Amino acid sequence: MTYALDIEGLTKNYSDGFQALKGIDLHVREGDFFALLGPNGAGKSTTLGIVSSLVNKSGGKVRVFGHDIDTDLSSAKLSLGVVPQEFNFNQFEKVEDIVTTQAGYYGIPLKTARVSAEKYLKKLGLWDKRNTPARMLSGGMKRRLMIARALVHEPRLLILDEPTAGVDIELRRSMWQFLEEMNRQGTTIILTTHYLEEAEALCRNIAIIDHGEIIRHTSKRELLQQLSVETFVLDTEQPLEKAPELTAFKASLDDDGALEVEVAKGQGLNALFIELENLGIRVLSMRTKANRLEELFVRMVEENAREAEKASEVTA
Amino acid sequence: MTPQALWTAFTTIVTREVRRFTRIWPQTLLPPAVTMTLYFIIFGNLIGSRIGEMGGYDYMQFIVPGLIMMAVITNSYSNVVSSFFSMKFQRSIEELLVSPVPNWTILAGYVAGGMARGLSIGLIVTLLSLAFTQLSIHNLLMVVITVILTSALFSLGGFINAMLATKFDDISIVPTFVLTPLTYLGGVFYSIDMLPSFWQGVSMANPILYMVNGFRFGILGVSDVNPFVSLGMILVFIVLLAAVALRMLARGKGIRH
Repeated sequence: MTYALDIEGLTKNYSDGFQALKGIDLHVREGDFFALLGPNGAGKSTTLGIVSSLVNKSGGKVRVFGHDIDTDLSSAKLSLGVVPQEFNFNQFEKVEDIVTTQAGYYGIPLKTARVSAEKYLKKLGLWDKRNTPARMLSGGMKRRLMIARALVHEPRLLILDEPTAGVDIELRRSMWQFLEEMNRQGTTIILTTHYLEEAEALCRNIAIIDHGEIIRHTSKRELLQQLSVETFVLDTEQPLEKAPELTAFKASLDDDGALEVEVAKGQGLNALFIELENLGIRVLSMRTKANRLEELFVRMVEENAREAEKASEVTA
Repeated sequence: MTPQALWTAFTTIVTREVRRFTRIWPQTLLPPAVTMTLYFIIFGNLIGSRIGEMGGYDYMQFIVPGLIMMAVITNSYSNVVSSFFSMKFQRSIEELLVSPVPNWTILAGYVAGGMARGLSIGLIVTLLSLAFTQLSIHNLLMVVITVILTSALFSLGGFINAMLATKFDDISIVPTFVLTPLTYLGGVFYSIDMLPSFWQGVSMANPILYMVNGFRFGILGVSDVNPFVSLGMILVFIVLLAAVALRMLARGKGIRH
């Protein structure tokens, strides 16, 4: 099977001896919407940097739609669009020039490049700013400019490193819609994000990387099924002075006095509401405390850290 | 990439480079025009009239080829070093690195951009010199080949400097402490025949002497060195520096982690 991105045994050792990647394997199917998650310094950006030729690998294999970056780098790059974490365009260039120049690097003649640039700048709400120097754009506009630039050569695989960092909620939602539309049209998308609700909302498959190792590589559904307890926050009609004693659920009050209830997998919410009703507590609204993926992510990273600590104790 | 796509990529880099130096023309095109005009007035007219002839020509006529060459050298070099280092600094070099443009096309594009500025300045200075003296071309082919190759050579030098530079100071060290002294001591303002034999020997180790004299031979027909040796040296240096620059690009020196 040909993967959009196929990574085998990828390693990265820096000259100071730091091993950023310890032989990771990663397989992303064509058409997938894939999230690569991990804490800061886990190796996400290094991995994506190697795939996009910004970082030299120390070992292992990387193939983009079957094109090995060691032997067929040009074809691999033609299939790839990259949206980096940091702004990396000439701040003094005009918006349209930045996009058409990028198209030129892919061998697209200016006339065709202008058509493609217009299409994506319009889709991303930047067409009115096409003659504006990039430094005059807001942070959100700069992020969208980098997406337009990455798409101008119509790549089959789009890599986004923290695409919505520092973007307000409204804009983030509109970027999600845009990316979902791109994915529906056949573009494979890989993103890293700190907003785990983003990964939960958009992605079908997820890998979690920590300390240069992939600690989980599975579908979102399978991952979420592992969540055994979910915490709900309930706003009650009358403020509670202390958490009620519930028979089947563990309850507590948060700092704002809202009622938090842990609901185990398989437990029905009806039973909870019946108990609360019997205690005379009326619930006005309810929400999950944190998004589910976030709970899992935190737990997995913590478990991984504990295991690493144990391993180091044994070795010591 | 197909040959047509490569050509598009190459012209894209060159166009962007030309757009850059024409956009900031008060920093790039105007200063050398002003500086060279001052050279023509002070050294050529005021001091030159008291010096008399050099190499069988008015002092003004003698220094014009050297000054044109000096402008070409410094501007070819500084265009590439400042443009490429700025791209590294702003990280917009990543736009090129993620694209399928081969390294040799990147190098060719930057060198052509440096040459575009160097030769534009050369033309401006030549036109300005006509306000002070008359220029008759002795060997047009020699003039054109020498100025083009010299511009290419110093564009390559600027590229290597930019690859190695890690901070803004690094891009001014070579122009200030290497390029300017070598240019001033490269026979722009005097014939090395005037020097004691020891210093004549030392001057022969200065590569810029060959370029200035090759160009002067093309315009005036006089030279301190064999003009064909000059051309040969420039070509050898071009091949050497291009090989070094391509090697650095392949290894990602200063641009890839």
